[in-house]
Amino acid sequence: MSTTIVARGEAPPQAPPAPDVPPTSIDLAEDFRESGVAQVLEELDRELVGLKPVKQRIRETAALLLVDRARKKMGLSQTTPTLHMSFTGNPGTGKTTVALRMADLLFRLGYVRKGHLVSVTRDDLVGQYIGHTAPKTKDVLKKAMGGVLFIDEAYYLYRPDNERDYGQEAIEILLQVMENQRDDLVVILAGYADRMDKFYQSNPGFRSRIAHHIDFPDYEDSELLAISDTMLTGQNYHLDAGARAAMTQYIALRRKQPHFANARSIRNALDRARLRQANRLFERKGKVGVEDLSTITAADILASRVFSGGLDSERKEQS
Amino acid sequence: MRVTQGTFSFLPDLTDEQISAQVEYCLNNNWAIGVEYTDDPHPRNYLWEMWGNPMFDLRDAAGVMMEVRACRKAFPNFYIRLNAFDSTRGFETVRLSFIVNRPKVEPTFKYTRAEVAGRTVNVTMTTEY
Repeated sequence: MSTTIVARGEAPPQAPPAPDVPPTSIDLAEDFRESGVAQVLEELDRELVGLKPVKQRIRETAALLLVDRARKKMGLSQTTPTLHMSFTGNPGTGKTTVALRMADLLFRLGYVRKGHLVSVTRDDLVGQYIGHTAPKTKDVLKKAMGGVLFIDEAYYLYRPDNERDYGQEAIEILLQVMENQRDDLVVILAGYADRMDKFYQSNPGFRSRIAHHIDFPDYEDSELLAISDTMLTGQNYHLDAGARAAMTQYIALRRKQPHFANARSIRNALDRARLRQANRLFERKGKVGVEDLSTITAADILASRVFSGGLDSERKEQS
Repeated sequence: MRVTQGTFSFLPDLTDEQISAQVEYCLNNNWAIGVEYTDDPHPRNYLWEMWGNPMFDLRDAAGVMMEVRACRKAFPNFYIRLNAFDSTRGFETVRLSFIVNRPKVEPTFKYTRAEVAGRTVNVTMTTEY
């Protein structure tokens, strides 16, 4: 099972008890600060490189929810807005990370009670035989209650080529809960843009129940370089000047090769660079210092197969 | 006759909101929750039918309430109870058990006394519907 449950961070500051009389005015800026939404948005800005349109959309959504909450306090609106979302974009563009932040945001605004994120794929929802799917889907839904259910590569749920596919059953249960228990959980569907579009076309029920469609653009080369810096800093590594130049070159080359997965490709490249660095230090023998242990040099990156035209198997296919 | 089994059974029936709050308390203690039902509340009938497996890894009472509602819909005229299991000792121990649904007309219990050897009396209790 690939189900992962991520708990939210710290609890938000306790709100003062609500007065019986609805307030006549609400300071939105103060509400923004006190609810901790400002903090989440700041974190989002600081920790995620690029993704401008995504951040903009999230800020807009936060503003909408904040205003809606103020309206509710004054008795102007009764219904909960539809919060189900769709994240589309290529692999490695930060959909899961943003979903995690979104869960935190919704929790701070009081739209979900617990604020945890349950991340699942088709395997966690769809069963192997008749009568297996419903309990499995319900199990996942129960675990996600009070939080956010993140369905990665949601289009795999629907397989038009097999009309007896159990995915349809999972879809029906999902739709029912998404409609009837909007107060209890928020569903985020994620996947590649083109395949998600096809999925929505064949399942209009989903399209109409999802209010927020957020598209994740690919990262630019400079952004990927910034991401690699952040990743390395987090692990107490750094690139020297030569390695930085090599990395810039690496990103430009890697993008043109198949199976490019944005930030995920960068993470894998850095993992391999660390492996080579370790090997290099080990073979050099003698004493190593802090500087040696934390520096990745150009040689560590230039040894990558990306510079010789990609993986051997793929080169053969191309020729 | 009102059956008084489990916690809260001398109180008026709990509302859904109150049940939710109790479930929330259980989940905060990391207890798993099982839904069980029966039509025979005889005290010796301690093994009720299970409504699915006990639920682990839940965060919110809404999930349990979903099952309670489903069970009520299927067995509106049965007894339904929630059991909360604590696993801190390495095995699942029932820490809290309470009734969340009762039939409209509750059964009574009938005592049958049989005189056996000497002046001994054997009492048998049976559920009378």
